[in-house]
Amino acid sequence: MSSETIALSTVGQDARPIGERLHEWVVTVDHKKLGILYIVYGIVFLVIGGIEALIMRIQLVVPQNHFVSPQVFNRLFTMHGTTMIFFVVMPLLFGFGTYLIPLMIGARDMAFPRLNAFSFWMTAFGGVLLYFSFIGGYGLFGAGNAPDMGWFAYAPLTARAFSPGHSTDFWTLALLISGIGSIGTAVNFIATILSMRCPGMTLGKMPLLAWLNLIMGGMVLLAISPLTAAQIMLSIDRYLGGHFFDTQAGGSAVLWMHFFWIFGHPEVYILVVPAFAFASEIIPVFSRKPIFGYPVMVAATICIGFVSFSVWAHHMFTVGMSAYGNTFFTVTSMIIAVPTGIKIFNWLGTMWGGKIQFKAPMLFCVGFLFQFLIAGLTGIMLATSPFDWQLGNSYFVVAHFHYVIVGAILFTIFAAFYYWFPKMSGRMYNETFAKWHFWLFFLGFHLTFDFMHIPGILGMPRRIYTYEPGRGWEIWNLIVTIGVFFQTAGVLAFVANLVWSLWKGKPAGNDPWDAWTLEWSTSSPPADYDFAATPAVRSRRPLWDLKHPEDPDWKYE
Amino acid sequence: MKRSQQAHVPIHKLAGIAVLLAGVLLVATLCFGAPADPSQIPNIFRPQSTPANSILHLSALVLAITALIFVVVFSLLVYAVAKFRKRDEDDGREPAQVYGSNQVELAWTVIPTLIVLVLFLATARVIHSIQDAPKPLGAIEVIAIGHQFWWEFRYPALGVVAANELHVPVSNPSNPTPTFLTLLSVDTDHSFWVPRLAGKTDLIPNRVNHTWIDPQETGLYLGQCAQYCGTQHAKMLLRVYVDSPEKFEQWAQEQRKPAIINDAVEAGRQVFETTACVNCHAVSGTVADGRFGPDLTHLMSRDTIASGAAPNTRENLRAWIQNPDTIKPGSLMPAMQLNDRDLDALTDYLMTLR
Repeated sequence: MSSETIALSTVGQDARPIGERLHEWVVTVDHKKLGILYIVYGIVFLVIGGIEALIMRIQLVVPQNHFVSPQVFNRLFTMHGTTMIFFVVMPLLFGFGTYLIPLMIGARDMAFPRLNAFSFWMTAFGGVLLYFSFIGGYGLFGAGNAPDMGWFAYAPLTARAFSPGHSTDFWTLALLISGIGSIGTAVNFIATILSMRCPGMTLGKMPLLAWLNLIMGGMVLLAISPLTAAQIMLSIDRYLGGHFFDTQAGGSAVLWMHFFWIFGHPEVYILVVPAFAFASEIIPVFSRKPIFGYPVMVAATICIGFVSFSVWAHHMFTVGMSAYGNTFFTVTSMIIAVPTGIKIFNWLGTMWGGKIQFKAPMLFCVGFLFQFLIAGLTGIMLATSPFDWQLGNSYFVVAHFHYVIVGAILFTIFAAFYYWFPKMSGRMYNETFAKWHFWLFFLGFHLTFDFMHIPGILGMPRRIYTYEPGRGWEIWNLIVTIGVFFQTAGVLAFVANLVWSLWKGKPAGNDPWDAWTLEWSTSSPPADYDFAATPAVRSRRPLWDLKHPEDPDWKYE
Repeated sequence: MKRSQQAHVPIHKLAGIAVLLAGVLLVATLCFGAPADPSQIPNIFRPQSTPANSILHLSALVLAITALIFVVVFSLLVYAVAKFRKRDEDDGREPAQVYGSNQVELAWTVIPTLIVLVLFLATARVIHSIQDAPKPLGAIEVIAIGHQFWWEFRYPALGVVAANELHVPVSNPSNPTPTFLTLLSVDTDHSFWVPRLAGKTDLIPNRVNHTWIDPQETGLYLGQCAQYCGTQHAKMLLRVYVDSPEKFEQWAQEQRKPAIINDAVEAGRQVFETTACVNCHAVSGTVADGRFGPDLTHLMSRDTIASGAAPNTRENLRAWIQNPDTIKPGSLMPAMQLNDRDLDALTDYLMTLR
C-alpha cells in the first residue's frame, strides 16, 4: 500500500515563465505555499545566525584572541540570539503549523487565508528590518551598526544615554512588527483548529499536532502582548521623554526584566510545544504504535501552558528579589518539570513494545528524547535558585538553553523536515545523506554543548568577547569550537540533501511512511484544494482505520 | 526472540562517539600542557565562604537526584531503542496497539511530584539561610558601586575608597568578621560574582542590593562582572584579596592616608592637575576630586590597572594613559593626547602614588 505511487502532476512540469511563478509565491494566500515560504525564510536565517555563532566561536577558541573587536562581538551575540529565536525557530515552527494544520484536520485552507499571508509578510519584514540595521543603524551619522545590547536588551543599556544610535530602534521595531505577524498566525491557528475540523473530528480525535499548536496559539496571544507593550514603552522612553525604564530619571530597570521575561519564558514553551507536536506525530509512526496516553499528553501540555506563565522571574534570581519571591519562583519552575517528565515517559511508552524503524526522522526524535532529558535536568538545577546564583548568566546557562533550543527544538525540526519533505515536495530525500547529517550534527552538538557546561561551573560568564588565560577555561572553549565545525558540516549535508532531493529525489507517493493522519491520504504535493472531497473520520488515526478495517481504532477510543 | 547482529549497530555507534569524545579530550589536554593554578580557577565547586558552601551542599543534593533520574530514564531509553528496533527477520505485522495505561501514567506523575517536593523544601531552607543571614557585630561594611567598566569599593566605617581590588579580612568562624556588601550602580546593570565566595548578585541602577561573604582562607579570589554591561563587559574583572586581620588593618590604615607629595615628580603632578585627568579621577589632598573614574590616591597599592585587565607596571600605565583602547578597547577613558615628555612625567608621578 505504501509503496504505491501516483502520477506527479505538479513536480517539474511547470512551464510558465519564472517571473510568473515567483509572482505567484508573492501573492499567494495558500497555506501550503505560505508554510513553505516560512520554512525557506527560516532556513535562510538559520544559516545567517549560524555564521554569527561560528564567528563568535572562532573568537573564543583561545584566550585574548583578536579575531573580532568587542563591539563586533557584542553585535554578533545580540543578533545571533534575536535571529535564532524570532526569525529562525518561530518561522520554522509557524511554517510547519501553517502547512500541516489544515491538512491534518481535513480542511482546505486556514480560517483566514489573507491574514495568513499578512502574518508571514509582517514576520519577513521584521527580519529584513533587523538586518537592515547592519547598514542603516546609525542613519545619518554614517557608519552602519547593529543592535549590541543583548537579545533581552536589559534597561538601561537601551536608554539613549547608552545606545545613542538607531540600532536599538531597529531591534524594537523588528520585534514589534514580527510580533504582529505572530499574533496573526496564532489567531489563525486557533480559529482554524476550533472551527475547520472535518466531520467526525471532535477535539478528542484531533492529531496531537493540532492540539499542541492550539495551545501554542493561546500562549502566543498572552505572551507577545507584554513584549509588544514593553517595546512601545521603550520607544516612548527613547523619543517621547518617558521614564519607564530610564533609571537616570527614576525609572526601573527591573520593570523591563519583568516585562521581558513574562514574555520570554512562555516563549520558550511557545517554541518547544510545537517541537513536542512533531515528536508526538513522528515517534508513533516509526514505532508502529499509537501515542501512549493521548489524553494525558494533552492535559500535560495545557498544564505546561498555564504554569509557564508563572515562572518568568527564575530568570531574575540574581536581581535581589526577597527570599519569598525566590522561593515562589523556585517552586513554580520545579513544578513544570512534572508535566514535562510525563511527556518524556509517554514517548518512551509509545516506543515500548513497538517495532522502531530508524529512518532519519526517528533518529532525530530519539536524539531529541535524550537531549531533552538532559536539558530538563539542568533546568531543575537552574530552578534551584541558590544554585542559579552561581550558574545563572554563566556558560552553564548558555549550554542549558542551547540544549533546549538546538538539542530539543532544532532536532525535532530536522525530524519534521525529513518526515514531511516527501509530502511537501512529492519526492523522497536521500536517506544516506540524512544519516550523515544526523551523525555529524549529533557529534558536533555534543562536542559543543556538553563541554560548554564546564566553563560555566568554572566561573566563565556569558557575553564576554574574550577571557583571561589561566582560569582553566581554555581547553573547554577549544572543544566547544571544534564541535561547531561538525555542526556546520551536518547543516551543509542537510541543505545539500534538500536541494538535491528537490530535483533528483525518487517520487514519494502519497504515504511513504505508512502513516495514519489525514495529510497522508492526499497527493504529494497536495493539490491547491488539499482534499478533492472533505474527509470524515471516526478516530485519531483515520488511515489506520482505513488500512485495518478488521481492527479499527474507533472501537477502542 | 533471538537478537540479530543488526541490533547492536546503534550501540556501536554510540560507543564510537564516546571514544571519539574521549580522544578529543585527551588531545586537547596534551596540547594545553600544564593545567592552570587551581587557586586561580573560579570554580564554584571549591568554595571558601559560607554562602558558596551552602550552595555547594544544596547542589550536591540536586546533582545526586538529577543523576539518579538521568541514569534511570537514560537506561530505559537505551533499552527501548535497542530492544524494540525492527528486526531483519520481522514478520511485517504491526505490534500490539497499546493506547495508554492509567496506573503507569499515575506512577510517573506522582513520583516526580514527590521528588519536586523534596527538592523544594531543601532549596527553601538554603534561600532563607543565605538571604536572611543576620549581620554580626564584627561585620565589615562595603559599598560596591558598578561603573562601566570598573568597580568602586567604599568602606564608610574605615574612611577608605578603593577600586577594582576588594580587600577583606579573613573570617574566623569562632569570631566571624564577614563582609556585607551594599551593591549599587551608577550606569547600567552589573553583577558581582566571585564564584568561590558567593553566588552572584546584580548591581542595578536606582536599586539597592545586598550580598555577603565570609572567606575562611587568605588569598586572592578571582571573579568578574556577570551581567552584560556594555562594550567592555568582558574586562570588568574583579579581584578579592582576603588578608589576615593584621594585614587588613594595615592596608586600611595606609589607604586612609592622603597622597604622598614628592617634589621629584612635581612636573608630572602639574600635568595631572592641569589636564582633564582631574575631571574624572581623585587624588586626596590635591585639587583632583573627579568621581567618574577610579580614585588614584593609592594607585600603586594595586596589582592591576583597568579593572584587572593588565598588570600595574610602568609600561602598562604609560600605554594606558596614551591610549586606553590598546589595553581595553571601548573603555570610557579617552586617549589623553600628551606629548612624550608629559606622558613620561605623568607616569612618573602616578608611580609615586603608593
